[in-house]
Amino acid sequence: MNNVFVYCEITEEKNIADVSLELCSKGRKLANDLNVKLEAVVIGDVGPEIAKEVSPFGVDVLHLANDSRLFPYRTLPHAAIVSHIFKNAEPEIALFGASSVGRDLAPRIASELKCGLTADCTSLEIGDHVENKTQTEYKNLLYQIRPAFGGNIIATIINPDTRPQMATVREGVMKKEEISSSYQTEVKHIDVAAILTDELFAVEIINRHIEAKKVNITASGIIVAGGYGVGSKDNFKLLYELAGALGGEVGASRAAVDAGYVEHERQVGQTGVTVRPKLYIACGISGAVQHRAGMQESATIISINTDPDAPINNIADYVINGEVQDVIPKMIKYYRLNSK
Amino acid sequence: MSFRIVVLAKQVPDTRNVGKDAMKADGTVNRGALPAIYNPEDLHALEFALRVKDRIDDAEIIILTMGPPRAAEIIRESMFRGADRGYLITDRRFAGSDTLATSYAISMAVKYLGDVDLVVAGRQAIDGDTAQVGPQVAEKLNFPQITYAEEMEAVDANSITVKRRLERGIEIVKSSFPCVVTVHASAPPCRFRDAKRLMKYKKARTITELQEESNEYSDVYEKRPYLRIEELSVDDIQADTQYLGLSGSPTKVKKIENVVFKAKESLRMEAKDQDINDLMKGLIDTHIIG
Repeated sequence: MNNVFVYCEITEEKNIADVSLELCSKGRKLANDLNVKLEAVVIGDVGPEIAKEVSPFGVDVLHLANDSRLFPYRTLPHAAIVSHIFKNAEPEIALFGASSVGRDLAPRIASELKCGLTADCTSLEIGDHVENKTQTEYKNLLYQIRPAFGGNIIATIINPDTRPQMATVREGVMKKEEISSSYQTEVKHIDVAAILTDELFAVEIINRHIEAKKVNITASGIIVAGGYGVGSKDNFKLLYELAGALGGEVGASRAAVDAGYVEHERQVGQTGVTVRPKLYIACGISGAVQHRAGMQESATIISINTDPDAPINNIADYVINGEVQDVIPKMIKYYRLNSK
Repeated sequence: MSFRIVVLAKQVPDTRNVGKDAMKADGTVNRGALPAIYNPEDLHALEFALRVKDRIDDAEIIILTMGPPRAAEIIRESMFRGADRGYLITDRRFAGSDTLATSYAISMAVKYLGDVDLVVAGRQAIDGDTAQVGPQVAEKLNFPQITYAEEMEAVDANSITVKRRLERGIEIVKSSFPCVVTVHASAPPCRFRDAKRLMKYKKARTITELQEESNEYSDVYEKRPYLRIEELSVDDIQADTQYLGLSGSPTKVKKIENVVFKAKESLRMEAKDQDINDLMKGLIDTHIIG
């Protein structure tokens, strides 16, 4: 069987993006299940020293395409290089971040290779399949599990007959786990000049303004998240106070983001990030399916809500029946009193 | 017409309030059981196309939609808002198509239309949220793609400059024609229906619709040919059926499940000082905080 591949994105700071490292971790596990190697693809203006960033996650081979024209990302040159690598290596599985880059690139490659692609997977597993009509047996397929239909159902998708089996995954969904600080990665240099043509640079970048990632709530052990029930941007300050006192970060539901109370980077749920902190305090969040899916693995959940029947209360360890504006100041007060 | 814009628009089930009964046993969507709406980002795409048309002399907008006969509603709605005409790609042999097979069918329909300068689509549809069809149509047409368009910065008959909305910022890019642009929800919303256009196009029909309506408009196409909404079959677009429907779709649905959450036995309390004090003390004592 052929190997598992991960397309690694390069950030503005010329590092490997977190989502790509998370996928290397997942890719390593899938490669172990299949008893194959894990290979990564890095395309940009970075040298072979970048291998150090992916090695600890168990990458066996790194395909490096290094050329100043390859950063910032543009669809056509990156697609040409990835397709070139995949046509030669014929990966069993290929994973991409469900980011601005990955969601632009992966479908273009899947179309060229005429293979299946599943977007925004929340889980990836290896499993078998028997085709009902023909009773054909398939061993060791990639189960691509994703919410569908606005998050109301969970679908398991397979690609029995085409390779690579391609999937995109959002940041924060998979866990980033180093396996060995001394893991050896072989670097293979791609002959970029042989692949790139002038036509691939048809889309010209005139200007760009990318902000450094400001907040990363996935790394926080305590998250104080607010929903529409917080009521206003002003009331959200209380959440920042509580998060500040406890040493946590502020998160939000989609409704709070849509209402403009807080920036999108803090959104928890299927269209935001998936979090698993040790403490999740849900303030005025009713708990739509899409939100619960992004925080249900939190170790301890506190729900503050005026509605005793809010769906989030069913998965909460503690339910405080009350107004956010009333409860949070008390939490801060009694935290300070007791922690002295 | 010298400049031709194709807008890809999809009629989608309103996924904001559905249950498992909306799915068929084979895992495909039972569209008949749900209210059908104009995919929200495709309306932004239509507005994007209209703004291009506003700035280029002699441009026309053709709506292309794929779906069952009732999806003709999307084309009428587009005509009310400024599109010139539309084609409905409809054939039972398209049923069960995944994004790859759908992209193939749409790309063949675009080729059927002849020379096309610009293809505009919504970034993604709310029934699948995959954002795959735009880039895949671009690949099949061998056009460059500009995804996540938020604003058209400039356009002339030779090139277009677009502001893209990315995760952590913006990018301004320029492409010559032909190209594919997918439009993000942060782009300007679609203009409203125009009253005169509504009067003019409200009786626009596909042949299938005309046949179903036993009415007095049967000679309508002869008198007013602009009311004709063309239907395209597999044969019309000369598509190869092996690349369509379930056989042309590499992704298969193995299983569909309802979302299940592990219910916990919650400790419920009021917002009294004593309760909150006990809670915070307990969290500190168990080292969850502090």
